[in-house]
Amino acid sequence: MKDSDKKQGKSVVNDDVLTYCLRLGDNAMVTSQRLSEWVRNSPTIELDIAFANIALDHVGQARMLYSYAGELEGKGRDEDSMAFLRDEREFGNVLLAELPNGDFAKSVLRLFFYSAWVLPLYEGLNQSNDERLAAIAGKAVLEVRYQLKHSAEWVVRLGDGTEESHKRISDALIELWQFVGELFEADEVENRLADAGIGVDPTSLKGAWDNTINDVFARANLTRPDDDWHLTGGRSGQHTEHMGYLLAEMQVLQRTYPGCEW
Amino acid sequence: MTDEARIAELEKQFDDYVEADNKAEPKDWMPEKYRKTLIRQISQHAHSEIIGMQPEGNWLTRAPSLKRKAILLAKVQDEAGHGLYLYSAAETLGRSRDQLEDDLHQGKAKYSSIFNYPTLTWADVGAIGWLVDSAAILNQIPLCRCSYGPYARAMIRICKEESFHQRQGYEIMLVLNRGTDAQKQMAQDALNRWWWPSVQMFGPPDEASPNSSHTMKWRIKRFSNDELRQRFIDQAVPQADVLGLKIPDPDLKWNDDRQAYDFGAPDWDEFFAVVKGKGPMNKARLDHKVRVWDDGGWAREAAMAHAEKESARRASQKSAA
Amino acid sequence: MTAKEWPLYEVFIRSGQGLAHRHVGSLHAADATMALENARDVYTRRNEGLSIWVVPSKDVTASAPEEKGEMFTPADDKIYRHPTFYNLPDDVKGL
Repeated sequence: MKDSDKKQGKSVVNDDVLTYCLRLGDNAMVTSQRLSEWVRNSPTIELDIAFANIALDHVGQARMLYSYAGELEGKGRDEDSMAFLRDEREFGNVLLAELPNGDFAKSVLRLFFYSAWVLPLYEGLNQSNDERLAAIAGKAVLEVRYQLKHSAEWVVRLGDGTEESHKRISDALIELWQFVGELFEADEVENRLADAGIGVDPTSLKGAWDNTINDVFARANLTRPDDDWHLTGGRSGQHTEHMGYLLAEMQVLQRTYPGCEW
Repeated sequence: MTDEARIAELEKQFDDYVEADNKAEPKDWMPEKYRKTLIRQISQHAHSEIIGMQPEGNWLTRAPSLKRKAILLAKVQDEAGHGLYLYSAAETLGRSRDQLEDDLHQGKAKYSSIFNYPTLTWADVGAIGWLVDSAAILNQIPLCRCSYGPYARAMIRICKEESFHQRQGYEIMLVLNRGTDAQKQMAQDALNRWWWPSVQMFGPPDEASPNSSHTMKWRIKRFSNDELRQRFIDQAVPQADVLGLKIPDPDLKWNDDRQAYDFGAPDWDEFFAVVKGKGPMNKARLDHKVRVWDDGGWAREAAMAHAEKESARRASQKSAA
Repeated sequence: MTAKEWPLYEVFIRSGQGLAHRHVGSLHAADATMALENARDVYTRRNEGLSIWVVPSKDVTASAPEEKGEMFTPADDKIYRHPTFYNLPDDVKGL
């Protein structure tokens, strides 16, 4: 292999890892944003604290991933530039993460779906050839394991609870189901990174996800819809109409007062 | 001895006991008025923490950096936690958490009036941390030695945890004042709006404060409103100087004889109007709290229903075995 | 008000290996699992805990304050249970 080819190969990998970090960071960032909305709005004060805890874990993940992305890019962008100064089409989070909270049932089920996916993802990344990613994932695994347990318990409580709670979580299930398929899609970036032992092949996460969902649904008296039609677009920056508002709110100060320290 | 005489004697014993700085604990005999006073004060304190989540929570999704977002989340979360420590202390006096919250929802219980003002800009988050939390801490530190054990223990925990709240608020103001003109203006504007409500956080002047003498004797309160207010002002003035901000009180002046600052009179008419529900956010704050409680009812019921089903299932498994 | 209030649990936390669990307060939860998680969120936000116990408050049997006298004063005058009761020469070591 010629030196220039090697160099080019390296920069492709570098760009891929950068894209990948931003996607992971965006998932964490948007998730934290939605969870923050619950703080002071939950059914109990204890749940306000729980949501704040999980939101904090995600802010922490986003900060590490964005900082690493900034270093890989090498243009002097820091964690805040990544969060507050990129446009909607540059965000690569999955659509599931950005959907409005809806009622408590919908938010709990979304958190459960997301956690059941991101836990095996981080577990896999903990073995990554990229040491930095492996370290970030290693820390996140513990956080996500707790949030999976917490959200699964609430799915069971609501599914098995009262007629009303069962109906609410069943309605949420129908609404959210069409956003699940996207979690397991892979594009070229993710395929290349999986081949290089850096990223995790999203299709490989489906088995673990199915097991978790089946186990918890059995305890929650919930049935998986058999319709596997799904919506997609997050990875390539084609979001739902909700995303623009989420970002407008999140980015307002940095956009209104450019270049300030806070 | 008549019942009345016996109670009078017990009350006398109790008063002497706590006045000598001894602690009362949950199941001990205590005068009804002591119990009621404590329930009122502790629950009011708890409600303040919980309602206080709203003005700052208003900026959780708009914090201007990821660091600030994390700090604010941790702070608002602490407020929820502190509310719960205090509800837990109040419950040991025989009023349940649901009853306490219900008192708030019905408008029968009060919370600190300062939270009836709106947070209009990011600098308000800084001003609240700096001024409101400073005032709160001055009120709270003496409560760590309060005669009622569970309240004192909760306050020790709270004071320890709250020391970062003040500092993060002051740091926000500091950074704003090192920034652009727009940021400096934002900080000054926040100080202008939060100063007087903060000065009023210590309550009405001593001569107009009806509950004080009893609570002093019972070692629930140790310093008068005016003493604490003076302490607050004396520490805030040099802090504002370091920031380069101007406190909006034309009468503020160092008094060499008193070795303290003289200051102007707050607008007590406004204070009492806000206490009575006429502040800019009274209705919004309470409506929000009630709506959240009502909206969450189905989820709380579901959790209880599931728990009951589970224990019934376990019981029937046991009897089958 | 909801029809039924969640039961009250007492919370005990071990703050370090080698230390006993200590009572820190109470909280409400629908079930014991939730009580543990709430205790973790409410009482250990600053790494205060390595182990948590939650106990339904209704299951705690407490001594009555009115019986403080008969429960605890009888031990007061049995001073021979304390090592300082015994007068030994200062130069005797190891006791």
